[in-house]
Parts: sequence; C-alpha cells; structure tokens
Amino acid sequence: MFMIFGKPAPLLFGQLLLGIINGSFYAMLSLGLAVIFGLLNIINFAHGALFMVGAFVTWGLLTYLGIDYWGALICAPIIVGGFGLLLERVFIRHIYKLDILYGLLLTFGMAELLQGLFTNYFGSSGVSYNAPDILNGVVNLGFMYMPVYRGFVIAASVIICGVVWFLIEKTRLGALLRAATENPTLVQSFGVNVPRLIALTFAGGVGLAGFAGVLAAPLYSVNPDMGSDLINTVFAVVVIGGMGSIGGAIITGFGLGIIEGMTKVFYPPGSAVVVFVVMVIVLLSRPAGLFGKVA
Amino acid sequence: MTLFGFSRAQTIAFGILLILIVVSPLVLYPIFLMQVMCFSLFALGCNLLMGYIGLLSLGQAAYFGMGGYITAYAVQSLGVTPEIGIVLGGLTGAALGTVFGWLAIRRTGIYFAMITLALAQMVYFFAVEAPFTGGENGIQGVPRGKLFGLISLNHDMAMYWLVAAIFIAGFLLAHRIIHSPFGQVVKAIRENEPRAISLGYRNEQYKWLIFILAGAFAGVAGGTKSLVFGIATLTDVHWPMSGEVVLMVLLGGIGTTFGPIVGALIVIAMENYLASFGAWVTVIQGAIFMACVLVFRRGVIGEIGHRLKQAL
Amino acid sequence: MTISRRSLIGTATAVAVAETLPRVPARAATPSLTIGVCSDFSGPYQDVGGNTSVACVDQAIAEFTASHPGMSVQVLKGDHQNKPDVGAEIARRWFDQSVDLLIDVPNSAVALAIAGVAKDKDKVFINSNAATSELTNKFCNADTIHWTYDTYMLAHSTGGAMVKSGGKKWFFITADYAFGHLLRDQTEAVVKAAGGTVVGDVDYPFPSTTDFSSYLVQAQSSGADVLGLANAGKDTVNSIKQAHQFGLTKTGIKLAGLLIFLNDVNGIGLDIAQGLILTESFYWNMNDNTRAFTKRVLPRTPNNYPSMGHAGCYSGTLHFLKAVNEMGIANAKKSGAGIVEQMKKMPTDDDAFGKRSIRVDGRFMCPAFLFQVKKPGESKIPWDYYNLLATTPAEEAFMPLSEETCALIKA
Repeated sequence: MFMIFGKPAPLLFGQLLLGIINGSFYAMLSLGLAVIFGLLNIINFAHGALFMVGAFVTWGLLTYLGIDYWGALICAPIIVGGFGLLLERVFIRHIYKLDILYGLLLTFGMAELLQGLFTNYFGSSGVSYNAPDILNGVVNLGFMYMPVYRGFVIAASVIICGVVWFLIEKTRLGALLRAATENPTLVQSFGVNVPRLIALTFAGGVGLAGFAGVLAAPLYSVNPDMGSDLINTVFAVVVIGGMGSIGGAIITGFGLGIIEGMTKVFYPPGSAVVVFVVMVIVLLSRPAGLFGKVA
Repeated sequence: MTLFGFSRAQTIAFGILLILIVVSPLVLYPIFLMQVMCFSLFALGCNLLMGYIGLLSLGQAAYFGMGGYITAYAVQSLGVTPEIGIVLGGLTGAALGTVFGWLAIRRTGIYFAMITLALAQMVYFFAVEAPFTGGENGIQGVPRGKLFGLISLNHDMAMYWLVAAIFIAGFLLAHRIIHSPFGQVVKAIRENEPRAISLGYRNEQYKWLIFILAGAFAGVAGGTKSLVFGIATLTDVHWPMSGEVVLMVLLGGIGTTFGPIVGALIVIAMENYLASFGAWVTVIQGAIFMACVLVFRRGVIGEIGHRLKQAL
Repeated sequence: MTISRRSLIGTATAVAVAETLPRVPARAATPSLTIGVCSDFSGPYQDVGGNTSVACVDQAIAEFTASHPGMSVQVLKGDHQNKPDVGAEIARRWFDQSVDLLIDVPNSAVALAIAGVAKDKDKVFINSNAATSELTNKFCNADTIHWTYDTYMLAHSTGGAMVKSGGKKWFFITADYAFGHLLRDQTEAVVKAAGGTVVGDVDYPFPSTTDFSSYLVQAQSSGADVLGLANAGKDTVNSIKQAHQFGLTKTGIKLAGLLIFLNDVNGIGLDIAQGLILTESFYWNMNDNTRAFTKRVLPRTPNNYPSMGHAGCYSGTLHFLKAVNEMGIANAKKSGAGIVEQMKKMPTDDDAFGKRSIRVDGRFMCPAFLFQVKKPGESKIPWDYYNLLATTPAEEAFMPLSEETCALIKA
C-alpha cells in the first residue's frame, strides 16, 4: 500500500475528507461571526447557542409541525434569524457604544441562559434526528465509505459560504453595509435606515448559525451542549482568519478542519487543542490574523 | 487614619468582614464558607487584572486549576506540609502567569482575551494528559495534613481558620498593591496608556507584574481549595471556571475593593443552594451576566458605593 | 450539592403529617434512616441512573417498610454532574447531615471520589452504576460495596465471547480517561489471552467528542474484525450510530459495545442496534421474578425500564435495610463499616438478582449474562430487546481475590 508519513494513503485521503466536513461547520459558523463582528463590532459568544437552537428548531419542526428536513432547511434559519433580530432589538443594540468586551460578556450570558433553558427542557442528552431517506445511503469512494449526507453537508456549506461572500464583497447591498460600519452618519444622510440595516445584518449572521444547526442535526445527537463544544474552536477560527474578514473566515474554517483531521490520525488526543496552538502562533506573529487588516 | 490605606468607610466594611468571618461558622456550613473564601481570593486576583489594568482574561482557570493540582500533588505524593503545598500552588500560578503574561500582554482587548483563552486550553489539555493529574479522576483523597507539621487540619474548624488567615492576608495584600505608588501607575495606564508611556512608565512591565500577581492569587486560591475538599480536578482548570470568576468580579463590582468577595459569595451561594433546580443555575447565571452588562455595570458593591458616594 | 427532600410512602408521610401537628411525642419512637441517591440527573448517564434509580430505591423502601412499619426512611437526591469534586462535596455534606447510605453514582471518577469520603466519614456507600473494578481492588475500603457489574466482568464476558466467535483482530476506540483505559486494558488482556491481537487503538478527547467518524474510518482501514468501544453513555450511542452511517457493519466489522445498557439500546433503536453483543447482570424480561419486580417498580418510572444499574439500587437498598434492621437502627448508626460487615455476613435475596452474596472486598457476586440485541421483528412487547446467549458464573465473571491488591482481603 502507498504510504505517507508511515500512514496508508487511503486513510489520509479519508481523513482529509472528514476534516473538510468538520471544516464546513467551522466555516459556516465563523462566517456568521465574522459578518457580525465586521459589520457590528460585536463578538457574539451566543453564536454556538444559536447554532444549537437551529438544530432543536429543526427537530421541533418535524416533531410538532411535521415539517421535514427540506422544509427545515429554509424555515429554521429564518426562525433563528428572527430570534436573533429580537435579541438585537431588545438587548444588543444597547451596547454598541460600550467597550467591545461588554458585548462579549453580554452574549456569553445569553449563551449560558439559552443552554440552561434547553438543558432544563430536553435534558443534556438531547434528542435524535434522522436525515431524509434520499441522503441516507453510503457511497464507496474506493478509499473509504462515504455517507451521502456528509457529502451533502460539504456541498451545502460551500454554496452558502460562496453566496454570502459574494453578497458582501461584490454587491451594492454589501457595499452599503460596509460603508455603514465605516461611517454610519454619512450613510444615514443618504437616506438609509442604518439601525435597521444593522439589525438585519445581525439576523442574517445568526440565521447562518441556524442553517449550520439544520445541517448538524442529523449528524450529531441534537443536544444543548452541541454549541458550547464548538464555540471556542469557531472563535479561534475567526481570530486566526482575522476578525471580520469574510474570506479569511471561510478559508481558515476549512483549513483548520483539515489540520484537525490530520491530527486525529497522528495524535488523536491532541485534536482538541491543535486549533489553539495554531491560534497562539498566529496571534503572536500576525496580530490581526492571517487575512485581517491591521487597524 | 489609614489602616492599610483604607478609607473610613472601607475600615468599617473591613470590620464587618472580620466579624462575619468569626461569627458565620457558628451558623453556616464551614465547608461552604471556606469555598467562598477560596473563590474570593481567586476573584480578587482576577479583579487586579480586570479592574485596575482593564484586561479581560478568559484563562484564569489555568492558574487556579494548576495551583490546585500542584498543591494536591505536593501534599499527597511528596509529603510536604500544607502551608508549603499552598505556597507551591501560588508559585505555580505565578510561574505560569510569568510565561503566559509575557506572551499575552503584547496584545490588548479581544486579542488579549483570546490568547489567554488559548493558552488556558493548552493547560487544560496538559491536565487531561499528564499522568500526575489523574485525568478525569483528578487527584483524590488529598490529606489536609498538619500545619507546620504540628496542628492537624482534619477538623473542619482548624482548616477554617487557616483558610480565613490566608484569605485576609490575600485581601490586605491586594488592597495594598492597589494603593501603593505602583498601583497608582497601574491605574494611570488603564486610564490613558499613551500618556503613561509618554511619562516614561514602561507600561508592559506593569501589566506583566499584575498578570503574574493575578496568577499567584489564583494559584493560592486553587491550592487552598484542593486541601479543603481533598480533591483537585479538571473542573477547576476548564474554561467555564474562567467565565465564572469573571462573573464574580463583574457582579461584585469591577475595580472595587470588596466587590470580588461579594461576587464570589453570591455565585457560590447560588450554586450551593439553587443546585436542586438543575440547570436553572446556568439560566440564572446567564441572566445575571446580561443584567450586569445592560443595567448594572457597577456591580453590587460599585452600586452601593456609588449611592453612598464612597469607594468600597 | 443538590439536596431535595422527598418524603416517601406510608410511614414517612405519616411522620411528616405528625410533624405538622403540635406536641406529638410519638416522633422519637420512630427511628429514621436517610438514604441519598447521588446520580446523574441531567447528563449523559441520566437514563442509566437518574430518576429510575430513585424509583428503585423508593420501591425497595416501600417493600421493606410495608413489612417493618417501625422504620421510617427518607430519600435525598443529588446531581453530581459527572464531576468528581461535585460528587465528593455532596457526599461530604450528606454524611455531615447524617445520611446513612449513599447509593448509585454512575461515572467511575465520581465513584472513586465518593468512596474516599465514605471511608473518611465511616458511612455506607453502595455503588451500583460505576464501572471501575478499582472500587473493590486498589481503592477498596470497609465502607464501600460495589453492586451490579464492573470493567473486569464486561471485559471477560463480552470480550471473551467475541474472540470465541471468531473476532480475533481488535481495534479499540477509547474514551481518553481512567475508565476508558481500564476497560480497554482489561479487554485487551482477555483478547490476547484467547489468542487474538490488537491492530489499532485511538484515545479520543473526553467528554468533548461528538464526531467519531475519523476514528471509525481508521478502524475500517485497519483490517480489524471487531471494533471495541471502550466508552459509555452518549459516546457509545453516538459511535454506534455513526458506525452504522459509515457502513462499518457492511464491511464485516463486528461492534463490541463493552458497556451498553438497556436504556442505551432503547436510545439507539433496534434497527441500528440489532445484533449487538453486550453484557448486563440483570434484564427485566429474564424470568418471572425479574418481571414481577419490573411490574412493581414501573409505575414509579413509566417511561424508562430498569436496567442492571437500577436493579442494583433496588437490591442494594433492600439488603442494606435488612442488615440495619438486624442490627437495630441505633446500633447500626454507630459505624458504616459495621453495617457493611453485617451485609457481608448475610446472603442477599431479592427478585432482581435472586440469592447472592457479598465478597470480603465489597464485591457483590452475581452472574454475568451475555445478550444479543433482537431484530426489530423479534421484539414482541415494549422494551423486549435481548436474547440471552450465555451466562458466566460470578466466580469467573469477577476478578479473583488472588489477583487483587485490596487491603481487606488479608485482614
């Protein structure tokens, strides 16, 4: 068998693919975080909790309303986004003028609150959700058996990331958003309702977390801790990519997924910490992250 | 009259604190009180960073937890006396603080927070993997031993007086640091860093020193706690613990003298007496976090002090 | 830390009512005991312990006090959150408040911590739900009894059976902490002794891992016949579900869940769990006695059938009450070790486990049953999940005294 670094090549290909799957989640979640941070200057610690809410909404839609996976793929992000809108209007808008760390503390509290509520209601083992039958098969790729659903996750993630990147970097709406963060007064004077624009941006970023939640529901057991297990890693991704850099978040998300995947082959226990090692190295050598602009 | 640099109001508050320390074990469960004092010490250290230099660390659990491990290990496996064990715990916190501080103080704001978080995650990883920490089991059955090799601490009240002594010493030290000329410079850096630099202060060294001190406080607190409970575990080194100590400081009042103690008391009391409500503790903690940020940024003591127009 | 008082059944309620009435002198005449159920009420092990454990303790008390109306028993429950420090703190507090028996405690790390506190305070600790065989080996003490099962028994029963049926090459997925390592090492010893080999082994970060795909793919490419899962609870459920997604069983790899409870099987579902080999020391649908016990306890826990850990709580509580009754409450309260000694002297007898005994090291001696999970079509009634494959007698199922280092053995 063909070997790389003492490991069989098919095994490494398999791990590469699995790393990309995890990377899809990192990319989608850090994308939402980066949008919110870049445009609102809020560090949304509740992002993981909202991802968890997305997964529970997916489950709830099926259990209580009979709306299947495909329906949830559209409804759940909208519901979570709407919930985000509410959070922004009630709580977050009050702290735009404060030190950035207050945003972190506020959303940290939100995350705890949401997680606690869901734990009370569902217990911490959570509920299970099955992928639609059409995505339930397994494909033999030669070097590994690949569940169809995981392939679907990669595709969905790449598409969503591409669309968001295009919206913000290449369209008029995106230009307006970026301008509004640079100079809200000026943009307001053009007749744009800046507070509404900002609220909708927050809702959009949170909706992305909801979307990731839908994709995650059939993969993992839907449980209240699923967001907090992930949030630190996703934060690391955003910081490494450069706070607020949309493209950076996407590339770093996939990249770290792959690095983590490789760690699982060579030193499995280290997979939980490798992301943080990378983060420290990057922050010490490039303070603004890999793709960030130095302020 | 400035005893330890206390104002009049602070002297009264300190007197009340001393009376409470003496009286409350007659009424309340001594283990609970010891726990509150350990966490107060931890929060006092964190307050030095947050309150007086304006740096939010998300990695204080690393110093707290490792202090606990080293104390427990030294007392149990190396057979040192408890006071030496606690000193070693403090030194561990300080040593970690020296290295991590050196790395972290180069960044500010969110980047500082993220570096401290990342470094603490590495310490957590080390605690999971290193053989001497016992992994998920932790270091169990740590004997309290004999103070100076003479006084047995097995009785809860004996241990209580030791913890109280450490706590009061730590409290006075923290207060002394803040009110020294050194502390004045530190505050100047928080208020206006460029100006402090232009006045010729080497701000990084001041920040570094405070960081090390915060680590030492955390280490002593963690070490003492491990002796009180006879156990050192991953809980104390995991990141939610870092969040908890920030909550204590925020709730009590950032940058106040007595705030961290009140914050620790409220948080620990909540965990002890509300725990039968399951995850509601988390819900309430989250709600308090949000309330503190939105309407209550001075914290309990800060708010009281503001009403009384006194610095507490 | 959780302390919720629950007044129970007939006599206890009578006392509670009496307390509300002024100047009733009868109170001192009813000697009272307190039993604390320390378990996981919110986490990954809540179904294998949790409220069903409380229900089983309640059931034992109800049955015993029905025939011994002179005794009143209170039950407390506490959630250890799977943290050894929290568990030790609950135990310390309870024992200081004169709890006489602490029972259940899933999670080996927490169990070991509590065993230490029980020894310090000289109070009885019956562990029914933790796996580590160290409880009766290196860390045994005169106040602790380990009921139901342990890692040694699981390794020998499940591991031994898998090798015998042709599973020679093993790949382990291990929760990276003391319990996982112990379970793997003991199973590995069994596999090697029977002529098998270990072709690979991964330790995954515990408890933060939810995605096992990477390890499953490594197992697949290792050429193993058997995938040994040295983990428990939610992790086991997740790894089995994901093994199914990655088609591991299609490539002919057999899954050996080294620690699976009835409640886990219920969570996985028969369509995925069918064919799994596992070991328990109690199954509700085993014989008339176990069915009778289950029928009695079910009203207290209608949505979750008792598995072996729960049954151990019932059996342990019942035997504890018998021993205390034998000694007289006032006499028994003097020393936990005294009660345990009495419990070791008397044979146990109940519907869940039949007539058994407790060994000098604190090991409850019961046979280990090897089960295979039924196909969906074979399951006729709710929770009818197992076919019995083999029975290992207690003397072979548990570590022989000659191999143990427990200090109680020499004494």
